[in-house]
Amino acid sequence: MSDDRSGSTDDGSGNSPSLPTGVTYREFGDESEARLATRGRPVYGERTEGEWRLWDPRRSKVGAMYEKGLDLRLGGGKKVLYLGAASGTTASHVADFSRCVYAVEFAARPVRDLVGVAEDRSNLFPLLEDARKPASYAHVVEPVDALIQDVATRGQAGVARANQRFLADDGVLILTVKARSEDVTGDPADVFESVLADLREAYEVLDTERLEPFHDAHLAVVARPR
Amino acid sequence: MTDGPSTEERGWFEGLTRGDLDGAREAIETGTAESPENWPTRAVAAGFAADAADYYDALGEATRHAAREGVAERELSDDQQLIHAIRAMDDAERTANELAERVAEWAGSRFEEGEAGIEGARVIAEREPHGPGDERVTDLAARVVDLDAEAARLRAFTERTAGSVAPNLAALAGPALAARLIALAGGLKTLARKPSGTLQVLGAEEALFAHLRGQATSPKHGVIYTHEYVRGTRPGERGSAARALAGKLSIAARIDHYAGDRRPELEKELDARIERIRTRGES
Ligand SMILES: C[S@@+](CC[C@H](N)C(=O)[O-])C[C@H]1O[C@@H](n2cnc3c(N)ncnc32)[C@H](O)[C@@H]1O
Repeated sequence: MSDDRSGSTDDGSGNSPSLPTGVTYREFGDESEARLATRGRPVYGERTEGEWRLWDPRRSKVGAMYEKGLDLRLGGGKKVLYLGAASGTTASHVADFSRCVYAVEFAARPVRDLVGVAEDRSNLFPLLEDARKPASYAHVVEPVDALIQDVATRGQAGVARANQRFLADDGVLILTVKARSEDVTGDPADVFESVLADLREAYEVLDTERLEPFHDAHLAVVARPR
Repeated sequence: MTDGPSTEERGWFEGLTRGDLDGAREAIETGTAESPENWPTRAVAAGFAADAADYYDALGEATRHAAREGVAERELSDDQQLIHAIRAMDDAERTANELAERVAEWAGSRFEEGEAGIEGARVIAEREPHGPGDERVTDLAARVVDLDAEAARLRAFTERTAGSVAPNLAALAGPALAARLIALAGGLKTLARKPSGTLQVLGAEEALFAHLRGQATSPKHGVIYTHEYVRGTRPGERGSAARALAGKLSIAARIDHYAGDRRPELEKELDARIERIRTRGES
């Protein structure tokens, strides 16, 4: 994919078929290689260049998915439900190119930082809620075009299934499965197979990709509701 | 997904006055719906917002306020509160036991022989007093029973609080031991900063000083001895089990202090580690 990203200085209208409007590859300072970037206020000490901020694939699984060339079927200006937002590292990048992001996180401490991120981004809505209980936020969250999930907890397929109700019929599920959260000792490949089998009850899996070298024993899954 | 408006589901904004942030927080925290609706459209139709952009402004303001307040409230149940509660619990228990001894001794001089301790006090508290002397004894026994009940409520409170202050530590150590470790260290932050070797002997300070004075062998464990993974491991491997447990507990305390999210894999890693220690050299 390096042919697409050399020295591009465009306005971020998407310079690769799979990059949404608002996400681009650009050069930062004296680095020779173009890096993934979105436009917005910096959040976690990432490098900036004008209004662009580097999207570090080592810090972000969605960033790593783009870096690995996955087509996430995520255009710019979409509505997104993000489960497991933590302190908002990835959610902030997604908010940079989306219409709005509903960000669910159930641990109090990271939500404190997430609120700080939302103060700079009026389209990011922090929700201190448990992703296993979708009824506790369905009175706030509207139907969305994309469900992004990175909860790193046991029962990741179950969480994705329970939250399918938020996804439009032509929407997309972008899921990160962390093998060690399901089973520390099991072989990641087996763990992924069993999570995928569970997921297929409710979703049609379109694509999968391991996230090494950015994230060990993590599988990215792109799927659509059945 | 439905596209027609549903009659049952109520959006968070329904019945709310624009600008009432506390009302909005209440609605966000306590409301529920089975499935999502097109809330922006519904809010505009209901006159809550002028248009979608206006709705999103209101939603942003409301969710930020609710999340900020929700976090602040959870953090009020912080580690210092936990330490106060655990000390109060210890005091209540110790005092109840001391007073129970006093009651037993006094009651023994007036009534037939009974049980000692809290259970004895419970029996005496039920007695019908005859005269002012009896009454002082039965009343004091009733105070003992109350104090014991309060100690039990304090215990339940500390265990609940330990789970919210240090969810990973509480999951690994059990809430009672987690609370104990935080109290012994003087707070979650100080516990998180201690090396795991120090955590391992927390609560064994006397034994440790004796060792440093050259009067005893070095202690292998402090309060973590109460954990099944130490107590239930055969003596020859207990030191290794204590070291392994202390190592994981100190990682858990660091995650709880610095990150705050739950990492269920820690439990499984610990289980696997102890399993290996217990089975090695066997078979
Ligand atoms: C790997 S972190 C997410 C990192 C984040 N997606 C990023 O890239 O910036 C996983 C998060 O999921 C949260 N989490 C786990 N179980 C959850 C649940 N049931 N509901 C909401 N959040 C949950 C954890 O507290 C943790 O913050």
